[in-house]
Amino acid sequence: MTPLLDANGLSVSGRLQSTDLQAAGGSLTALIGPNGSGKTSLLRALAGIERTGGSVRISGEELASASPGRRRQLLAFLPAGRELVWPIAARDVIALGLERPDPDRVAAIIAALELEALADRPADQLSTGERARVLTGRALAQQPAALLLDEPLSNLDPYWSLRMLAMFRAATAAGAAAVIALHDLSLLSLFDRAILMAEGGIVADARPDAVLADASFEQVFRVRAAGRGWELSPPARPRSSR
Amino acid sequence: MKAAVGIALPLLAAAALLLPWAPLAALWQEDGGLAATVLTELRLPRVLLALLYGATLGVTGAALQALFANPLASPDITGGSSGAALGAVVGGYWLGLTEPLGLAACGAAGALLALALLLLAAGRRADTPTLLLAGLAISLAAGAATSLLLALAPSPFAFYDSFDWLMGSLTDRSLPQVAAAAVPALLALGLLLARTAALDSLALGEDVAASLGFAPGRLRVEVVAASAVAVGACVSVCGAVGFVGLIAPVLARRLTGGHPGRALLPAAAIGAALLLGADLLTRLAPLGRSIPLGVITAVAGTPLFLWIVVRMRWRLTA
Repeated sequence: MTPLLDANGLSVSGRLQSTDLQAAGGSLTALIGPNGSGKTSLLRALAGIERTGGSVRISGEELASASPGRRRQLLAFLPAGRELVWPIAARDVIALGLERPDPDRVAAIIAALELEALADRPADQLSTGERARVLTGRALAQQPAALLLDEPLSNLDPYWSLRMLAMFRAATAAGAAAVIALHDLSLLSLFDRAILMAEGGIVADARPDAVLADASFEQVFRVRAAGRGWELSPPARPRSSR
Repeated sequence: MKAAVGIALPLLAAAALLLPWAPLAALWQEDGGLAATVLTELRLPRVLLALLYGATLGVTGAALQALFANPLASPDITGGSSGAALGAVVGGYWLGLTEPLGLAACGAAGALLALALLLLAAGRRADTPTLLLAGLAISLAAGAATSLLLALAPSPFAFYDSFDWLMGSLTDRSLPQVAAAAVPALLALGLLLARTAALDSLALGEDVAASLGFAPGRLRVEVVAASAVAVGACVSVCGAVGFVGLIAPVLARRLTGGHPGRALLPAAAIGAALLLGADLLTRLAPLGRSIPLGVITAVAGTPLFLWIVVRMRWRLTA
């Protein structure tokens, strides 16, 4: 069976060596690597934005020949930048992910992102973290086969990092494949698979704990794993008076 | 506001066609033929040109603003209109062209050159200072070249008889001239309006647009070329008119919740209404005098332009 996301010989001159990458539906994959290691180039090549060679098939379809309407169903790409030029309401930014208006789906995403109070404010006036949630909400609204997200957690506080990961997990549970560039290695254990990149190529590709333990990890990152992560606190109970 | 535009546009068109009433009353009198001539050969081309040029400025302004991701991009600010005027002067006074379509082609070539220069100088997603400075430099250079070419033109009256046209005017144009502007402009506007979804997707950045299958490189070429053709054709007939291409898209985006692509069609209606209104105002001049159309739009547009600049500053410092 061919994997949901099937990329062969992807290359970007000067930034990405010829790279193969397959990801199954239901998998949550982290792309890790030091700055400039090629994570963004790989994601952009996977999303059909820029590549000098290779091919990408999603759900068996050649990405290059898919129409804009179809591409919206095949993939959602979230760039690392969080800027927005136009004063578009947060609600409408999320709706940009949709081919046709669907207020119910937009409302569900706004509720999941706890953006009700901000939904009608122009998104360019929100804080960076809030804007990050809105822009990621746009990608999730597409409900695509493949989620290709460039550091979606980098502007988020610990609560929202974990909440957002739970939303990505929900998307993969529904059948999507997610490939997500990640900087915060303390969150790596929450992924199914880690791909370690260095100098424009993949150097390790395995379960997160195996990649963390791999000799190449310390070589590439020049740091060692230590310390512990976080988890979401249980739902707040009504405060009892003492 | 949608309703206001919907009501204002036909009202203004009717007013521009019919005011002052005199010829209409004369239609039913004995020399009705003269009145009919006034209506069909003087007023009608004028109204059609105002609608066409206003819509052109609105749509190209909205498209350029979406493309450059900057609310200050417009045919005049980018130097496109000045380039078109220069092209038309070269065609009319130096190449000796008289065919309206040939002049329209020269105008389009001039606008294309100016916009291509701007893309080279300011880059793709131009920040405001770069865009304004590059546009100013191109406008100044094209304006100076236009004056120089007119001063040295084979015809010693070139300066004098081009004055009305250079300042923007819709008066005394013939229906063939309207057609020469309308055919290329409407084709170009059709292409731009077909790019609404692509221009909307640019709001999320070029990479997202590309990931959705809208090739930003091709979109850039299409928008610049179509804007140059539309503006060039209109400028070659009506001269350069400022500010409408800046203001109409700003007002249109208030109707579309800030979406830059969806603003193209409302910008056409608002631009047409603004130019019709401005042309009506030019008729308030005392008998025997004429106020150039470009002067009216500049007088009305400058405060709005300043308002946009102040608002941008608030946003940046907020």
